[in-house]
Amino acid sequence: MDERYFQPEIETMGRHDLEALQLRRLKESIGAALRSPFYRTRYGGAGITPDSIRTLDDLRRLPFTTKDDLRGNYPFGLVAVPMDRVVRLHSSSGTTGNPTVICHSRHDLDCWANRVARCLYMVGVRDTDVFQNTSGYGMFTGGLGFQYGAERLGALTVPAAAGNTVRQIKFIRDFGTTVIHAIPSYVFRLYEVMRESGISPQTDTRLRTLVIGAEPHTEAQRRKIEESLGVKAYNSFGMSEMSGPGVAFECPEQDGLHIWEDSYIVEIIDPQTLEPVPDGGIGELVLTTLDREAMPLIRYRTRDLTRILPGECPCGRTHRRIDRIKGRSDDMFIVKGVNIFPMQIEKILMQFRELGTDYLITVDTVGNNDEVMVEVELGDLFTDDYSQLQRLTREITRQLKDEILVTPKVKLVDRGTLPKTDGKAIRVKDLRNNR
Amino acid sequence: MLIKQLSVFLENKSGRLNEVLDILGRADIRIIAATVADTSEYGILRLITTDTAAAYMELKNNQVSAQQSDVVAITCDSSAADFAAKISCFAREGLSVEYMYCFSVGDKAFLILRTSDNARVPELVSRYGLQTITEHDLSLL
Ligand SMILES: [Zn+2]
Repeated sequence: MDERYFQPEIETMGRHDLEALQLRRLKESIGAALRSPFYRTRYGGAGITPDSIRTLDDLRRLPFTTKDDLRGNYPFGLVAVPMDRVVRLHSSSGTTGNPTVICHSRHDLDCWANRVARCLYMVGVRDTDVFQNTSGYGMFTGGLGFQYGAERLGALTVPAAAGNTVRQIKFIRDFGTTVIHAIPSYVFRLYEVMRESGISPQTDTRLRTLVIGAEPHTEAQRRKIEESLGVKAYNSFGMSEMSGPGVAFECPEQDGLHIWEDSYIVEIIDPQTLEPVPDGGIGELVLTTLDREAMPLIRYRTRDLTRILPGECPCGRTHRRIDRIKGRSDDMFIVKGVNIFPMQIEKILMQFRELGTDYLITVDTVGNNDEVMVEVELGDLFTDDYSQLQRLTREITRQLKDEILVTPKVKLVDRGTLPKTDGKAIRVKDLRNNR
Repeated sequence: MLIKQLSVFLENKSGRLNEVLDILGRADIRIIAATVADTSEYGILRLITTDTAAAYMELKNNQVSAQQSDVVAITCDSSAADFAAKISCFAREGLSVEYMYCFSVGDKAFLILRTSDNARVPELVSRYGLQTITEHDLSLL
């Protein structure tokens, strides 16, 4: 048996067999979904049955499921099994309206733990490891999700939960923690406090692997985490609607996240036309659960933007890879018929060393035309010469136009002056609807 | 021979110039000469101060985009003829003047010049017997 894989027969299954497995499970999922009041009305009314699906492509004819559907059928309208089979629920904090609730049967929890174990095993976590989880426990799925996954693997699992950095560091040292799960900003906090206390992560701890996720971060931040702590850091992707962590995870290649296609069918759609986007193109991630019985979700619109990375992964896994999530489809805007995502603009701006990190995209109607203005803060002043500043502005404009196909107006602004709400930068301001 | 000048990026927004001057004022840095050149969107404020290195750090700590660069400050009397004579030395040697501004202390005037080739400035200053001021001179002003 190949030591690299937790479930070699599934992780390296040929595409043909994997798709056959998906088709079989998809029919089962639709059959199960039809037992819930929500899908019985929505799908049953439209005459959709498991037999409506003859190929995986037939899935595209089914209506989407959205977060509003979950909220509107709060709390149990999508539950597809008798309630005595439900053994746990996780609920999101509902800042607006009803929260979303996801119910799990014993089988669902079993599959979930197995997926998380598979992810951790993929990046070298074994039963000899000590896994410290700094996620919040309780309703937040990063707590119990990683807890049961790491236990499934046989690792000594420390449910440290969030906060109390000094205590976290004491655990790391006393228990010989080798693997930590944390959000990136908390990793930096841990590192800060270690340094202040004169503890070297390299020589005074056994830390080897970090699992990071739940918070957008750049490749540069990952490298910084790896360098400062002397570890390998891997990206984790999950969401409570899809059970929690364990949906997609980086392999040792650190080039995209394998999404477990025995558990999910992946679609990337244009959030406006709802049509499929070809592999490699950016769009909204749409997921269908394949092994969840208590609350199957069909064509769930995640609102997360990503793309399928074309090509095979050298690690030998056949499950396709998605790019790290960089934005929400709600942030997309359309100018002159072109879909524009802030992340496209950000990607270009971040390539200019002369610029700072904050920017603001404003879309407005000028005369009869929609115009895009990109305000970006300057870094340290690199010249004393206007023509150099103008040349920089022209070069940014040219590269942006190549990327978004619309010529934006680029404006350099003072650092620290772009608007923020709750400390978070505002990226897009669309003034067209206000007139 | 050459002195440090501070260039500051200024977005054309009311109050921004004041903010920058306040930052320097709070750090007890005095401004000896200043000039603002601007376009419709932004300007560059150029400053000669009593302590340019400190001024630069102060601005950097306050998130202001700034840069230090070299200029030459030549002593002259305030007559137009003398200005022209001093500048022509550089032109004769093939150096162009990218910009220039001046200030005076008492009856002394100082021309601040940015030339197209700072490396050749010391040589020309001595060849034409020009008088320049140093960072040290500035700190005494
Ligand atoms: Zn791989």
